[in-house]
Amino acid sequence: MKKYDAIVIGAGHNGLTNAAFLAKAGLNVVVVEKNDYIGGASVSRNIHDDWTYSNCSYVCSLFRPEIYRNLELGKHGLQIINIGGGATLMENGDFLGSYEDHEVSRRELIRHSPRDADAYDRFSTDMAKWCRFIRPFLLRTPADPTSFRPRDIQELIYLGRKFYDLGQKDLHHFLRFFTASISDYLDQYFESDVLKASLAGSGIIGTGLGPMSPGTAYVLLHHYMGDMDGSVGSWGFARGGMGSIANALAGSLKEHGGEIRTGQGVEQIIVKNGKATGVALENGDEIHANIVVSNLDAKRTFLGIMDPKDAGEKVVKAAKNFKSRGSSGKVNIALNGAPRFDALPQGSDLVNGFIHVTDSIERMERAYDDWKAGTWSKDPYLDMLVPTYADPTMAPPGKHFMSVFVQYCPSKLTAAEHNGEDWTDKTVTAFGETVLNQISKYSTNFRDLVEHVEVRTPREIEAEIGLTDGNIFQGELTMDQLMFNRPFPGYAQYRGPVKGMYMCGSSTHPGGGVMAAPGANAAREILLDLKRPNTVPEDEGDD
Amino acid sequence: MTNNYDILIVGGGHNGLICAAYLARAGKRVCVLEARGSFGGAAATEAITDKCRASTGAQFLYQLHPQIIADLALEKHGLRYARRNLPTTVLATDGKHLTINHDQLTGENVSAADQQAFSEFMDEMQAFAKIIGKLIDQPPMDIFDLDWDDKINSVKLGWALRFGLGKTRMRELLRIIGMTMFDLADEKFDNDLLKGALSFDSVLGTQFGARSSGNVLKYLFRHALSNKSEMDLPYGGMGSVVNAIEKSAAEAGVGLRSNAKVKSIDVENCRVVGVTLENGEKLIAGTVISNTDIRTTVLDLVGSRHFEADFVHATTNVRMRGVAAKLHLVLSEAPDFNGLDPELMKGRLLIAPSAEEVELAYNAVKYGELSERPLMEISIPSLCDDTVFDGDSDGDGDCHLLNATVQYAPYALKGGWNDENRAELIERCITQLERYSPDIRGKIQHVELLTPLDLEKRFGLKAGDWDHGEMALDQMLILRPVPGSSRYNLPLDGLHLCGASAHPGGGVMGAAGRNAARMILKGEAK
Amino acid sequence: MNNLAQNAGIKQDHYLQTIKKTPFYNRQKEWDKVNQWHRWGEYTVCDVFESIAKEYFAIRNSASLFDLTPMSKYRIKGPDALAFMNRLVTRDMSKIKVGRVAYVIWCDDAGQVLDDGTIFRLGENEYRLCSQERQLEILKRNAIGFDVEFWEETDEVAAISFQGPVTCRILRNMGFSDVETLKLFDLRYFDFQGEQILISRTGFTGDLGYELMVSPDKAEALWDAIFEAGKDYAVRPIGGNALELARVEAGFLQAGVDFLPANETIRPGCTRSPYELGMHWLVKLDKGVTFNGRRALINEQKNGSRYRFVKLDVEGNKTACNAYLFDRKNGKSIGATTSTAWAPSAKKNVALGYVEMPHGKSGDVVWAEIYYQKELKWNRVWAKCLVVDKPFWDPERKRLTPPADF
Repeated sequence: MKKYDAIVIGAGHNGLTNAAFLAKAGLNVVVVEKNDYIGGASVSRNIHDDWTYSNCSYVCSLFRPEIYRNLELGKHGLQIINIGGGATLMENGDFLGSYEDHEVSRRELIRHSPRDADAYDRFSTDMAKWCRFIRPFLLRTPADPTSFRPRDIQELIYLGRKFYDLGQKDLHHFLRFFTASISDYLDQYFESDVLKASLAGSGIIGTGLGPMSPGTAYVLLHHYMGDMDGSVGSWGFARGGMGSIANALAGSLKEHGGEIRTGQGVEQIIVKNGKATGVALENGDEIHANIVVSNLDAKRTFLGIMDPKDAGEKVVKAAKNFKSRGSSGKVNIALNGAPRFDALPQGSDLVNGFIHVTDSIERMERAYDDWKAGTWSKDPYLDMLVPTYADPTMAPPGKHFMSVFVQYCPSKLTAAEHNGEDWTDKTVTAFGETVLNQISKYSTNFRDLVEHVEVRTPREIEAEIGLTDGNIFQGELTMDQLMFNRPFPGYAQYRGPVKGMYMCGSSTHPGGGVMAAPGANAAREILLDLKRPNTVPEDEGDD
Repeated sequence: MTNNYDILIVGGGHNGLICAAYLARAGKRVCVLEARGSFGGAAATEAITDKCRASTGAQFLYQLHPQIIADLALEKHGLRYARRNLPTTVLATDGKHLTINHDQLTGENVSAADQQAFSEFMDEMQAFAKIIGKLIDQPPMDIFDLDWDDKINSVKLGWALRFGLGKTRMRELLRIIGMTMFDLADEKFDNDLLKGALSFDSVLGTQFGARSSGNVLKYLFRHALSNKSEMDLPYGGMGSVVNAIEKSAAEAGVGLRSNAKVKSIDVENCRVVGVTLENGEKLIAGTVISNTDIRTTVLDLVGSRHFEADFVHATTNVRMRGVAAKLHLVLSEAPDFNGLDPELMKGRLLIAPSAEEVELAYNAVKYGELSERPLMEISIPSLCDDTVFDGDSDGDGDCHLLNATVQYAPYALKGGWNDENRAELIERCITQLERYSPDIRGKIQHVELLTPLDLEKRFGLKAGDWDHGEMALDQMLILRPVPGSSRYNLPLDGLHLCGASAHPGGGVMGAAGRNAARMILKGEAK
Repeated sequence: MNNLAQNAGIKQDHYLQTIKKTPFYNRQKEWDKVNQWHRWGEYTVCDVFESIAKEYFAIRNSASLFDLTPMSKYRIKGPDALAFMNRLVTRDMSKIKVGRVAYVIWCDDAGQVLDDGTIFRLGENEYRLCSQERQLEILKRNAIGFDVEFWEETDEVAAISFQGPVTCRILRNMGFSDVETLKLFDLRYFDFQGEQILISRTGFTGDLGYELMVSPDKAEALWDAIFEAGKDYAVRPIGGNALELARVEAGFLQAGVDFLPANETIRPGCTRSPYELGMHWLVKLDKGVTFNGRRALINEQKNGSRYRFVKLDVEGNKTACNAYLFDRKNGKSIGATTSTAWAPSAKKNVALGYVEMPHGKSGDVVWAEIYYQKELKWNRVWAKCLVVDKPFWDPERKRLTPPADF
């Protein structure tokens, strides 16, 4: 039987990234994946006829350009296309457009509030400051603040230095930003409800928090800090769907001699004498290696594929306390033509961008109240995108694929109205109907164009790609689960509780989003432990 | 015209008096100017009916700094307690109440696991509270502007954090500090009433709910000064606490002027020169300390034009949004809470049946509405304090006062406060009480409701906010009241802040007044 | 209280029009020979109509017209208008009487410059603020607690800068009687075809000149009247390039070029205080009232500045474009140039820039490392630069009242 140097469990984008960097360092690596296809949440699939769905993640901005370049993903077929603009449609029939051109966008803001137009520039400057501050940390391993090891102390000094460099005024401002709710934070800049709502959306996507919950301002930053070719805050989609990212990573991995086995779920990580020695597969086989890396979330890793005795009481308890509530759904729609949004002027190219329909923070917060009560939002926040306006590969000519991200949708139905019954096919359909109705309110021709609908609640997301409770970030991005607290204190440096066992998923710093940073950071730590030359690039900085 | 003061203090709340007393003891000539006829601000004992007097604002004493009690010899000056170390009982509709006494839980539904977990939890909280206590006792530290004391304090703090707590607890503190009590309590306990009580203590006075991140820090602040979360009822109500402070201040030589409402704090050539009273009288002093909140101080008393624009903008962004009302019910006889032990009735009673209920009550206030089932913190002071009633209205000698803090009732109620929604709130409160004490309605002889708007009018609490600025992560420590002004001085020469707007915030704690006095004396020594 | 510009009139499909045309656009287009335009705010404005040399010498030799319409303009009025302006800017505005214009800068709380501009005192309680950057949010932030109203009037005012030695002569020809009595920084209303025209003796060229403001529907009439009255004086419209040359020669600062507005910088240390821009004369710390940045600027006076803004007389004829500045040849880098030009009237190679303190005192020498290209070949040269304190071009006629005919 073939002996490997390292086994990566799960072929999500982080697992593949991790494996690719290990392979590049000369390790003999195998990635085992339970599904018959790779990608995890970075996946494209043919669910209906000639349509390709990006049926989980759907856009890309956070992906570290250093990794993209270093693993030569372009050569392996990846193309990320810029998405420009977008609109928030309003209940009163108007809309707030976001145009790529600053002056046009400004005039659009003036249409809603003249003062906010100028305040928006201040807001953008401040956000750029926070992005600049936070981005260098993405490709770094968090320091352990309780440790006295030189490396941790160095890292803490680096953090202190970065804080100091912000200057007094900006440091204070940043601390406020980091701890505030997105609603309170935006109130400091703006008066227009629709503008606030259009910005606040990024503060709630994927979280079990409402816009009035402290900590959501940071979540906004998490969605803001990416860039497209140097343009901070811009988003793009992968040509051919998000699976192209996974495919390109797999291409790079294979080029460096790595291997991928699909359809092979892991039963358990084998630990002998306090050391990881391999994995036992669900089919009964065993694979051996001295390095075992889990791309699964922290709950699945420590409560699922590790013997509690191996993981240890402390880690099991921490994993149980790790918060990973699902809060998002996804509805993927095949359309027979282009949907027209009634509020937008005929011919407006805003349809190429993100379309939202929540025009006030209050509506967003009420959507959250439904989730808290244990049901899906009756007036959900939608993040809609039709990539096929620009990408000809995903639908037959003249037809379209529409990706609809839905906030909020719980992993379990506990509200009284469901009479103690968790998700059933019937309620999943009802959830889908809520979303389709919401879209129809803003697009009269939408219903007639629908050819096929795939509805995914956290239940489906968990069942297919194994994200516990369908949490898209592999664990909530709250203050107690960031940086050195992610996934839990004392285990934020990618190393598991036994020697040779590592974590590389979004449960680790810097968290979710198709960023590939956790996978890369974990690879750097593994290579450090193996005393091998590092293959993982550093942040290239922007100064 | 009396010009023989070095320092004028605007507002005679407990912090103003404490600040004055410390300054006077250091040899300063200080005068406290209070708008009302009596001192104490929201720590007041006032008439509810012609025969009933009690705490109309704050009602429990649990945070008053022990050092202040000692320094100002408050017990010598008359501080007495009607009852000490009150247990907290969380009421249950089925009569299976939960009583929390230090780290002990009693009640029918308390599991051994919860008892064990709670003891450990309280032990940990006490350890954390020591760290927080250090933070409370000193002005917030700014890494850009450290003096020697700060450097020493930060080393001490770091040492306490790493070696006092130890690695495991330090990690735990860094984890939970930004967390929600909803999650933290859920990690540790099963008992809904316990989770409700912990949630309540994490949200009182803020427009946040059980599931709002950072409320754990608010909880820690609350417990930092109370040894093992002890609570007392002062004899004679909160007004008597203030009387003691007042006497101590007077003894130290502080000038005390009531009915002296300050119209403006006066500025000449970019520095404070004194104040003008409503009656036109002008008082001159090179140092003015405001015990009012930051917005009133900056925008109303001084005037925004004497400050720079970014600072004014930051001031207008200080969130003040009162959410707590006071309800005073004169009852013809003692209430019965489904058979609750009369001894426990002398303690603190909570209506906060679960973390979910706390969160549900919070939902309404986000949209400027009243909670359907409001949360309540209740005392029945007449059970242990004979000063509450001066004879009954019905003459049979067994009248009682139910004194309740009610949450959530927003200051900015949609449509504004009027008789109709006041009546609605009273009705919701009584209906809520009836769930726990079915026959209470029939015993009510007199109702007084103080909405956040009333509290603003009566005590001058801007926006009805007890804490002079919401106690939330983004408004605490170095960020309080506004970034850059956290060390009791405002960006105007001669002007200082000593009230709850300043670190460490609200509660009858006195730390703000004491810290302010120390900083002012230190500044002069330089 | 604050009457902000109304959003009425902007239609949903405004995005179809990505470029706005100023009221002078059609007239200017008639002069356009080389099709070089760029965006300024929402408008399109001309870089060059025909040749920079011709246009530059119109400024220095005859009369030039530059379209100022896109400049941000705000009206501020109300009982607290003076107090409001005085808190906003570093100068003592109580010294600026009705009928006067003041060049001003304004700062944030940290004493870092947000922008520079001019304030026109139109009446006892009425001002117009003109600036490069947009200021509505800053005005709103400043207005808390003041009884003032303000609104943006950029689109409601057609503004043109009329600069050159014969401009006064032409204005007199147009019938603006007593216009020659306007002193530098004076403003006055005149009748023009049944409407009022605001004429101020101000400009950005360092030469004799005026700025004229009318309602947009009188813009073309004004243009025609100027050309009619100036037909014997070689009046011509100029683009931004010629103006840039003139302003560098005059040693004026340009926001976004010589300094960045503090509220637009992202990286620490990229802002500048008034002192660091050599604007000591604009800061009145002892004006008796608080103004934005006062406390920080007092501290800066006490503790010293980080940078000094310098005007440089550069050796040789290679402009020191984007050049590092050094304390000596091959020495330590101490700063950089921000604006450079070959000054055609002064016949000097000039540069504006910043150096770290304590370098760059008047009379000091610093060195520039200049890279320049000749036929795709890059060359490098070290140039000695003399720090001067006077503008490179400062003719007597700029101040002379009444101005001479030529």
